[in-house]
Amino acid sequence: MNQRPQDVPVIAVDGASKSFGAVRALDGVGFAVRPGECVGLVGHNGAGKSTLVGIINGGLKPDAGAISLDGLDATGHYSIGEARSHGVRCVFQELSLCPNLTVTENTRITHASLKGFGWRRRAEALIRAKLDEIFPGHGIDCRTAISTLTIAERQMVEIATAFSETDSKVKLVILDEPTSSLDASLAGQLLAYVRRFVSGGGAVVLISHILGEILSTADRVVVMKDGKVVGERAAKEFSIEGLVAAMGSVVRARDANRPARDVSGLAPVLEQRAHTRAEAIDFVAYPGEIIGLAGLGGHGQTRTLVSLFMGQGGDWIPRHDSKVAFVAGDRHVDGNLPLWSILKNMTITLLPDLTRAGLVDDRQEGAIGKSWRDRIEIRTENLGNPILSLSGGNQQKVLFARALATRAPVVLMDDPMRGVDIGTKQEVYHMLRVEADKGRTFVWYSTEMDEVCQCDRVYVFREGRIVAELRGQEVTEERVLAASFAEKAA
Amino acid sequence: MNLVVRLLAKPWIWAFVAAFGVWLATILFTGGASTLGLSQAALTFAAFSIIVGLGQMFVITLGPGNVDLSIPATMTLAGTVALKVMDTNNDLIVAGIAATLAIGIAIGIANYGLIKLLRIPPIIATLSSSFIVQSTAIWYNRGIRIKPPAYLAEFSTASTLGIPNVAIVALVISIVAWVLLEKGIYGRWVSAIGQNMRAARLAGVPVDGVRFATYVFCAVLAALCGFLLSCFSGGAALNMGAEYLLTSIAVVIIGGTAVAGGFANVPGIWGASLFLFLVVSMLNTYGASAGVRLLLTGLIIIAVIIAASRKQTV
Repeated sequence: MNQRPQDVPVIAVDGASKSFGAVRALDGVGFAVRPGECVGLVGHNGAGKSTLVGIINGGLKPDAGAISLDGLDATGHYSIGEARSHGVRCVFQELSLCPNLTVTENTRITHASLKGFGWRRRAEALIRAKLDEIFPGHGIDCRTAISTLTIAERQMVEIATAFSETDSKVKLVILDEPTSSLDASLAGQLLAYVRRFVSGGGAVVLISHILGEILSTADRVVVMKDGKVVGERAAKEFSIEGLVAAMGSVVRARDANRPARDVSGLAPVLEQRAHTRAEAIDFVAYPGEIIGLAGLGGHGQTRTLVSLFMGQGGDWIPRHDSKVAFVAGDRHVDGNLPLWSILKNMTITLLPDLTRAGLVDDRQEGAIGKSWRDRIEIRTENLGNPILSLSGGNQQKVLFARALATRAPVVLMDDPMRGVDIGTKQEVYHMLRVEADKGRTFVWYSTEMDEVCQCDRVYVFREGRIVAELRGQEVTEERVLAASFAEKAA
Repeated sequence: MNLVVRLLAKPWIWAFVAAFGVWLATILFTGGASTLGLSQAALTFAAFSIIVGLGQMFVITLGPGNVDLSIPATMTLAGTVALKVMDTNNDLIVAGIAATLAIGIAIGIANYGLIKLLRIPPIIATLSSSFIVQSTAIWYNRGIRIKPPAYLAEFSTASTLGIPNVAIVALVISIVAWVLLEKGIYGRWVSAIGQNMRAARLAGVPVDGVRFATYVFCAVLAALCGFLLSCFSGGAALNMGAEYLLTSIAVVIIGGTAVAGGFANVPGIWGASLFLFLVVSMLNTYGASAGVRLLLTGLIIIAVIIAASRKQTV
């Protein structure tokens, strides 16, 4: 072996296979990461990315295949503990911080060597330094409990924790959808940091549905599909179209910005007056509109959606003619009913329509479940399987079906495309447009500019209130960003 | 074979296996002489645990922290007031039942009122309301023991086709509860709230309405149970509900309902109620002393819970 050190992979798996019951999640995959490179990993929901990550970080044992660390065979005894001591860190898509503990205390959990007298001070210094390094000007107080942070701030803390070093050197960081909750400027800071970390000899595996960010950040891109690696090339040899083609879905031409929808003469379906401040803008929704809620992550969009929903009542008496349905983005907190089957999760909002004399019509429920499964292609044989048996993106589809299946004229969506693959997204966009043309109204909070730009009208939020309203042709990335940042630029 | 496998997967099967085992052990010990008597006694006494257990089951299924500790006091007050209203007069039975239901509804409303308006955790709210209810019963009763009307005394102690009447009442209530839980929208809603209250609310579940109805339902069942028990035992006593505080919770948990909420089942309440009675009578038959009896009861309950919970996680 006369390889140069930078050619010896930090970790390499060869011929890795893994099945969950009848589902073959990973089918003979070879994958290696070398020091000083950032590998982009892309693929649809269910392509096997999360399973591969599980094997790399030691959480899953492959059914077959070899694993080696720095060129030394580790097959059979590789575990989470060994991965950690070897400097492999992972930032999960599903955030894994303890919400009742402070930022500092969460740092202590992952860094066991921060012990003895004064650990709190050292932990705080460690995490604050890393946050400052990755996200300058983040404004997070490390002594506050995680539960008081926004989802973007939690994501930042999680990322900083993974990159911070105590006893062992960080050699490889796996970032699974790290920018899904971050706005553009924070995502930019993170990706710039990834480049610095990599040029310092570190290795990164970057998983993202935002292909632009993969192409601009990764050195090499690995494309997965149906549990196999179907493409592997230097990032500069790929284009977005090429990547999408390799993943097996077709890029559809985006609707050209349509003219502002004519809503004169229509009665608003939903209104909310701005509370106190004189300069804030009232929220009004008309039938058939797709209304975007934009702005930086966590500036009051979710709170507005929830208050629009709660404002419709229904706490005490069930509403058969409910005006609003809600699509949760934070699945674990606002969406999933974890003990239930896919079908029951799907029909809960629709249930009053399926009920005669207090009894649920099982047959009608099953038929509706099947038709929605086929319509939005939820990947399951049996709708009686638990909801948690689905991948994150498919769980999200179930939550979509939950709202779309109702008769509610207004659907509120709280950044629902988090972690959903690009093919599904295109299908959902199309479905939204069809439903809107039939007269349904969508209020859509999104952290992705692509999605905001598809809306008829956009309210831009800043610090908990609406600061700008853009219509039709005005809905452009520049205008939205300008409104989101206006105060800081001034 | 397939049937056996499917039966073993049911969360309530272990309560029945345990109940049957204890029943068999007792009968074998007495050489089969006590078969009919033991079975009838078991059905009779289990019936009371079943009625309060069903109400508690729905409350516990609402999720962590939900439990109704006012069941004993409600039983006592309902029994006391109903017997005094009927005053041993057969013509006033309907009035007695109406008084029972009214007391149940009132206590349920009061319980949820405390939980919702004063934002007190259910465990504290129902415990504090139980003091008020129990004191009311003491004040109202003043130590006088009134006999039930003759019809009711006869009905509650007699059997139809060999099955105790109180067990038939419990069966009817259980069927209603099963339909509500498994087939009704109400059961879906209770289960959704128990899994994730915020998600349930955002999915359009009328969370306050369902929780309110559940606390009222539980209190009404407790009142009915108190009414039946006082008729059965020939009069209301101030401590008649005491043992049902723990029993109502124990039968829910042994029966395979999730302690953390979100999942319930009705058959398990029957298995667990029969089991709890049979364990005590088995140990009595074996001539165990009171201390040994309590100790063994505790150990057996723990064993059943372990068997049931291990089966569920597989």
